[in-house]
Amino acid sequence: MLSVSNGLDPLLKRPFSIHRILGDDLQFLYRVVGKGTEILSSRKPGDTIEVLGPLGNSFPVRKSNKNIVLVAGGLGIAPIVGLAEKISHSRQFLKKSDEMNGPLLFYGAKTKNEVMCREDLESLNIKPIISTDDGTFGIKGNIVTCLKRYFSRHKLMTEGCTLYACGPEMMLKSLSSFTAKKGIHCFAALEQNMACGVGTCLGCVVNTKKGYRRVCKEGPVFPIEEIIWDKL
Amino acid sequence: MKKRTSSDLKVDLGRLKLKNPVMTASGTFGYGKEYSEFFDLNRLGALVIKGISLKPMKGNPVPRICETPSGMLNAIGLQNNGLKGFMKEQLPFLKTVKTKVIVNILGNSVDDYVELAQQMEGAGVDAVELNVSCPNVKKGGIAFGTEPAAFEELIRAVRKKVDLPLITKLSPNVSDIKQFARIAEDSGSDIISLINTITGMSINVKTRQPRLANITGGLSGPAIRPVAVRMVWECYKTVSIPIIGMGGILSSDDALEFILAGASAVAVGTGNFLNPTTTTTIIDGIKDYMAQTGIDSMSALTGALKCPKRP
Ligand SMILES: Cc1cc2nc3c(=O)[nH]c(=O)nc-3n(C[C@H](O)[C@H](O)[C@H](O)COP(=O)(O)OP(=O)(O)OC[C@H]3O[C@@H](n4cnc5c(N)ncnc54)[C@H](O)[C@@H]3O)c2cc1C
Ligand SMILES: Cc1cc2nc3c(=O)[nH]c(=O)nc-3n(C[C@H](O)[C@H](O)[C@H](O)COP(=O)(O)O)c2cc1C
Ligand code: FES
Repeated sequence: MLSVSNGLDPLLKRPFSIHRILGDDLQFLYRVVGKGTEILSSRKPGDTIEVLGPLGNSFPVRKSNKNIVLVAGGLGIAPIVGLAEKISHSRQFLKKSDEMNGPLLFYGAKTKNEVMCREDLESLNIKPIISTDDGTFGIKGNIVTCLKRYFSRHKLMTEGCTLYACGPEMMLKSLSSFTAKKGIHCFAALEQNMACGVGTCLGCVVNTKKGYRRVCKEGPVFPIEEIIWDKL
Repeated sequence: MKKRTSSDLKVDLGRLKLKNPVMTASGTFGYGKEYSEFFDLNRLGALVIKGISLKPMKGNPVPRICETPSGMLNAIGLQNNGLKGFMKEQLPFLKTVKTKVIVNILGNSVDDYVELAQQMEGAGVDAVELNVSCPNVKKGGIAFGTEPAAFEELIRAVRKKVDLPLITKLSPNVSDIKQFARIAEDSGSDIISLINTITGMSINVKTRQPRLANITGGLSGPAIRPVAVRMVWECYKTVSIPIIGMGGILSSDDALEFILAGASAVAVGTGNFLNPTTTTTIIDGIKDYMAQTGIDSMSALTGALKCPKRP
């Protein structure tokens, strides 16, 4: 949670995922969508920003997860880059091809200008499969459709993989029906309006098969099959 | 220079004796444990626990919260894991905290409240706070806290069965809060606390939808502070039982406004969300204010408002 203003407007802290940790630096990647992020974007080098965190859980990468596949939609790329870095080091990923020696990543964006982190990904040896809604970059269409097509073409290779996903609710929802049908393990990072960030206000819950769970505390990452999408 | 001791800050809310006047507001501090990672809970005057009902309550669908100018709306729907869950999962931790523990209780009938209060007394908590902003199911669902007869019946019934210090939390959603303060005092409440959230609503004009799934919610935060201070002042002039003031307190100056208006103690709600250490900063700030103004007891500050005479 980041304090975006020192005054009363906006009043509440804003939740962001940690993008990358580089030495002593904590990096956040965000898009200006409203007042809070607008104020954040006007901050200058040397200004201080209060951070409450790290909070909640993270993508659960186990030693046994050999074939990891990453899925990002829009700003969902923020935590996925950090995760890609982590699994690149432990080499627990599924490769796209022998030339590109990095994890398989599906990345969807609205349009070319919103495709981010390409240099970061390149330096990690990742050549993502990119789609844009308007076709201005990569494949035209939505990223879950791309992923489905890829999986049906490379059946043998994609067996026994684990998916880690972050992106808009619509994307995660359609991903969940695919992974359920195919019996693929998938973990998704969710978003919800937040106030406290530490589990006390119960404002940020999501509806799961185990009842309401707090995105800031038990989440933001949940096994995708536990989420009840139509009654979020 | 005068030596400062912690005894400066002691307050007696009748039988309920606190080491300082700063407590947490129900529903904004969970069951305490969450914030124990950020500071020593023993520094608090008291810890007020999230509302507990007899049976677990699932709560409302999302969105449950939204931000509004200088405040926030919430419609959590009183989610809690019920009396049994509380006794098993939360109480053991609360027993280890060396400050007063006050449990906020809620129900849909007088019997619910009586049962809960008795159980809490048995469990050894320091006081119970009645959240009367709940629908009285037997009487058509009108909130206990907005209907004088049901309000009186509820407090009298609980008072009859428990000896524990009894705090009645007043709803601001009434035309005359003084009337409810008086009934609370006459019916045997030891203390009153105010204010609970003010019912509000916010609309997203782009989608034409309400911003909360529940449509309406409770407004809290600095936006409600002037209303809350006014209500504390009105109640202070009306009753002689101690008052716990709350509503948008973020700083020691905010807390002092309530104290000068007549509160003996204060509670911090939304302020915890902005910074987990808001309460301890306020305790230090009040201490400094007393040192600077040469006031050596909290009781000398309560109600010490100076209204200039009109010419
Ligand atoms: C766990 C978590 C991790 C997040 N990580 C990131 C991140 O790494 N990078 C990033 O840019 N954002 C991230 N977000 C979203 C971010 O918190 C919001 O974009 C931010 O709070 C908006 O604040 P604001 O004051 O600028 O907008 P507001 O004034 O609050 O809202 C302006 C507009 O943006 C929309 N909006 C607000 N919140 C969101 C949201 N969560 N998702 C989509 N639209 C929203 C509102 O509906 C409104 O129309 C994350 C959210 C959560 C819960
Ligand atoms: C998220 C949230 C949950 C709350 N839950 C309860 C509750 O369970 N019982 C209760 O009596 N008051 C509850 N309240 C009201 C607060 O205790 C307090 O009266 C109110 O928020 C005003 O104080 P504030 O402006 O400092 O937050 C809740 C408030 C918020 C914001
Ligand atoms: S934001 Fe308060 S419980 Fe998650």
